[in-house]
Amino acid sequence: MTPAAKAAYIAILIALSLILSYVEALIPLNFGVPGIKLGLANLVVLIGLFLLRPGEVLAISTARIFLAGFLFGNAASIIYSLAGGLASFAVMLLLIRFSHLSIMGVSIAGGVSHNVGQIIVAALAVENIKILYYLPALLIAGVLTGLLIGVIGGRVLPVVRRIVRRR
Amino acid sequence: MAETDRRKLNRRDILLAAGVAAAALVLWLVFHFAGRGTGEQICIRVDGKVQGTYRLDEDRTIPVETGYGRNVIVISGGQAYMKEADCPDHYCMQQGAIDQENETIVCLPHKLVVEVISGSTQEKSSSGGVDAVAQ
Repeated sequence: MTPAAKAAYIAILIALSLILSYVEALIPLNFGVPGIKLGLANLVVLIGLFLLRPGEVLAISTARIFLAGFLFGNAASIIYSLAGGLASFAVMLLLIRFSHLSIMGVSIAGGVSHNVGQIIVAALAVENIKILYYLPALLIAGVLTGLLIGVIGGRVLPVVRRIVRRR
Repeated sequence: MAETDRRKLNRRDILLAAGVAAAALVLWLVFHFAGRGTGEQICIRVDGKVQGTYRLDEDRTIPVETGYGRNVIVISGGQAYMKEADCPDHYCMQQGAIDQENETIVCLPHKLVVEVISGSTQEKSSSGGVDAVAQ
């Protein structure tokens, strides 16, 4: 892939993940526990990790977090998104490299680590360990949303791979 | 490993999901039995600092005004809930009423936590002065 093509792909993926963030902001999902959401934008990170270099995926992920934060969130939401985003990025990267998990398993681990990262930062922010009370609910939510994103990712990845190869 | 192998759910995936679910269940049981029974008071903290403690058996409305913003906590019928908040997400108002020991309502943008405590912890004595001011 030429550098220009690569830059174009990264830009398209940032735009795509931003659209997914927007769709997510439109869905009024409320489980009564703060921080639980589908994590649709994680689909781009997940697929990206199978197709691109880690640094490129990290750039897409952080660019998306800041853009979505400025557009639909606030300074606090950017910090929580970064905590979750960096945690799930690191975990998924390591698992793709060093484990035999399928894309579903990688995505589940990503969803769970995203939620764990966020609640740790939240506990530090309010300086109260008792909000870890929400951890069991967040763990289960991470498994379910991770599985959903993983199933979608498993379907989308071969299609995207074919398109990229054709270039 | 072939790319196609990674598209099928395998035994390791199921072990991972089951392991996380088991950890969640154990944690839930620990939390559930560590703080058993109905608490007698709520403690309101901002930035980890106690703003006041209030008895759950006395109905009242507690406005909390800090540099982060305004919250209104209501104690009614032995339970506490967040009635109003000018935070951007209003998650705190959706967390329902609490009365079980160690239950919390969190307003993240305002760094505010309402927690149910038993009647005889040291928070009671240490916050007496703050409580008197808040009244």
